[in-house]
Amino acid sequence: MSANHLLELALDVVKRALASGATDAECTVAEGEEFSANVRLRELESLKEAGSRGAGVRILVGTKTGSSSTSDLSPEGIERLVKSAIELADVTNEDPHAGLPEPGEMGTVSGDLRLFSSDVAELETERKIAAAKSAEEAALSADPRIFNSEGASFDTHIGRHVFANSRGFAAEYRTSYCSLSAVPVARDGESMERDYWDSLARGFAGLEAPEQVGREAARRALRRLHPVKVETQKVPVVFDPRVARGLLGSIFEAVHGMSVYRHQSFLAGKLGEKVASDQMTVIDDGTIPGLFGTSPFDDEGVPSRRTVVIERGVLKNYLLNCYAARKLGMKTTGNASRGLTGNAGIGHGNFYLEKGVKRPEQILAAIPNGFYVTQVQGFGVNVVTGDYSQGASGLWIRNGELAFPVSEVTIAANLKEMLLGLDEIGTDLEFRGSVAAPTLKVGEMTVGGK
Amino acid sequence: MLFSESVFATRFGISRQDLESHLAEALSQGGDYADLYFEYLLTSSISIDESIVKSAAQGVSMGVGVRVLSGERTGYAYSDDLSPEKIRKAAHVAACIAAGPSKIDKFSLQEGRRHDLYPVLTAPTETAFKERVELVRRADRAARAYDSRIFQVQAVYADNLRYVMVATSDGVLTLDRQPLARLSVVALARENGGPPQRGHAGGGGRVELSFFENEKTPEHFAREAAREALVMLGAVEAPAGEMTVVLGPGWPGILLHEAVGHGLEADFNRKKVSAFTDRIGQKVASELCTVIDDGTIGSRRGSLNVDDEGHPTQRNVLIENGILRGYLQDRLSSSLMGSEPTGSGRRESYEHIPMPRMTNTFMLAGESEPEDIIRSVPKGLYCVSFGGGQVDITNGNFVFSASESYLIEDGKVTRPVRNATLIGNGPEALKYVSMVGNDLRLDEGIGVCGKENQHVPVGVGIPTIRIDRMTVGGTA
Repeated sequence: MSANHLLELALDVVKRALASGATDAECTVAEGEEFSANVRLRELESLKEAGSRGAGVRILVGTKTGSSSTSDLSPEGIERLVKSAIELADVTNEDPHAGLPEPGEMGTVSGDLRLFSSDVAELETERKIAAAKSAEEAALSADPRIFNSEGASFDTHIGRHVFANSRGFAAEYRTSYCSLSAVPVARDGESMERDYWDSLARGFAGLEAPEQVGREAARRALRRLHPVKVETQKVPVVFDPRVARGLLGSIFEAVHGMSVYRHQSFLAGKLGEKVASDQMTVIDDGTIPGLFGTSPFDDEGVPSRRTVVIERGVLKNYLLNCYAARKLGMKTTGNASRGLTGNAGIGHGNFYLEKGVKRPEQILAAIPNGFYVTQVQGFGVNVVTGDYSQGASGLWIRNGELAFPVSEVTIAANLKEMLLGLDEIGTDLEFRGSVAAPTLKVGEMTVGGK
Repeated sequence: MLFSESVFATRFGISRQDLESHLAEALSQGGDYADLYFEYLLTSSISIDESIVKSAAQGVSMGVGVRVLSGERTGYAYSDDLSPEKIRKAAHVAACIAAGPSKIDKFSLQEGRRHDLYPVLTAPTETAFKERVELVRRADRAARAYDSRIFQVQAVYADNLRYVMVATSDGVLTLDRQPLARLSVVALARENGGPPQRGHAGGGGRVELSFFENEKTPEHFAREAAREALVMLGAVEAPAGEMTVVLGPGWPGILLHEAVGHGLEADFNRKKVSAFTDRIGQKVASELCTVIDDGTIGSRRGSLNVDDEGHPTQRNVLIENGILRGYLQDRLSSSLMGSEPTGSGRRESYEHIPMPRMTNTFMLAGESEPEDIIRSVPKGLYCVSFGGGQVDITNGNFVFSASESYLIEDGKVTRPVRNATLIGNGPEALKYVSMVGNDLRLDEGIGVCGKENQHVPVGVGIPTIRIDRMTVGGTA
């Protein structure tokens, strides 16, 4: 369907909802096309190609809400969509904080945010397969110990996102992305390890060279061979950027407005307080052109923006949608996020830790005995209490150098202490997704091993 | 269930001839096998927060996935439009994975065999919302009434009703109607203005709504969540390092799911990237351990009458008295490995390619009294509930995160400890199982398993077991 057609559909849904008794309504329509090619051991393994679309509506009758969604965009499907949302408002309760944004709060970021690149749609299937094959080939031929592969993939997605509400907001944007990844398997004697590397971009031209993706994946798998399980001890822990991203993800969960008003976060009630080391500045910015967390407006029709979350260790802002903002007596930060239906939740734009002043090698060089973590495993982060306990693997640091691989150990501490004890931040900040962090060092954590 | 009475025939006007012609189109370029997976899915959810029912939502989605296999290759396309032209187009796209003339020209579909594991007359999704909304209201009230230190409660009730139809080029046509419901409760407790602690409980299955009246009530889950939050108020630092671990019965069966289940999925073993590759017949656990994956247990969350490739589910022995017996197979891996499917081919939706997955994974009961198992441990950890788990199938390292656990001191369960992750190695961990209790219990029905970004409902179960050596990721 054309852009106009989907926008009209969204406006029509809103109009129908109001005519059916809603006092306010908002409608999301999404359309997407996905493509995926996997190659394994130099042969094409699978090809997937398809498109889909759907619509969702959330209505208010006074301060009661109801939501529904459908993939049936026929006139009958749309009629049922609206009717079922209206019916549901009957079973929910009056919620004084429910409601749409105020007129002055809505809008879109102007200018080209470079979210869509036409080269993704134009790319021939053969070229996508060739890119995946080159990435895998580079991994397989990197070293004789790369004996197997879980394959390499080339994926693309092209989407259109439309949002309209009964307060006069109606807008849409298109997105594209492509990604290339490789997962080689290394073996030496009894030891077998895999790792991956990937590259994501809005357009084909932005991807790393396939050979680079394959070689990096191989390097990561190879350096994990013959790991040691170390003794239980307390040491400095360095997170590589890929793992540091996960730690930033936990900080996002802790500044998530819904968790904050429910007191489900160790950072609830701490605005203006020092919660992290002086070196630490965390930003959420949904307006950086071409990045993965960028959008012209959030899922309530509020413009995306840049929000300073932590500034030199001091907690400055939570990330909010309209609901959490009302609950906390604050203003939305344009972070509403939802699927097709339901009340808006909260998401991030480009959520990142500002880079520091030391190169990763300089950070490692100053550590006589420590753990360089390249992978964490599990769901052992409790943002209510801040308790952090994860499975980990990586390399042991001896006299400032990476000495030997380590696995089947845990790292544990409390996030409160980890943030305050974050004493080194690297210069190597790269946006490889919507959450980004450079190499960072936490002064002390418990490594659980033998 | 007859094809002619199915929603696909009555509502979408699909005929047998349509199915046969779409399969012919799918194989028009010479593929070995093709299947069509039709799905019509109704979903509902209701949530309460701060004693206010803040959200009620329902959704409908439908679509068809067309798969073509050609040697080791898979071609896949889907459509959310069930018109014949759109299905034919998807079949044409999927067919392009193969290159050559069609080898098969005629199909005659026969309705295939399936179980009747969830004879639910009225699915929860088909009941009045007014009845279902009471479940979250009751959960909220019960959790708050449990103790004055409970200050926040959220409850989410969600159900779905999935109609599926699988037509394969082997000539098999299967239909199923799969109801599923789940209630989950989170409670927060606080004492004297101190830091809050969280408790969680939930459950359900492929059941009628009366399950929440007659078997597991909202009050049951609410009290469990509140109890866990209160217990955690007194938690001390968890220990760190290797020690003896006792797992309680039920949900801690997630150990089996992570330690052995994923590593025994046939795709990883066909590709020889699993830590269990080529180990059939070898000892991978103590002789006290027999591990089963069974998709045929009545009303269970992980059960299915037929898998998502139209094959009836079955009871599969994975480990028998410590010896590795078999893998979980889907159509593709079993044909390439010269083995039989095990009813383990599952997918998240019509948008996804099926792959081998678990259903309900559990360990058979042993002979020890649970009290004797705890009494046998001078110093260790007793874990009764967990959050999620994860595994690296290649090196075999797995983790699972304890959300409620206690120290064992001189054979007695003493103080609760803070959340800690446990880590072990799949082919090694179960060799240290030295006692297995007589109290096998299945979980209450909340499991979701993720693999390659596809999420499916699963179950786990285990009796009380003693593991002599496992690494605990605490701070003390």
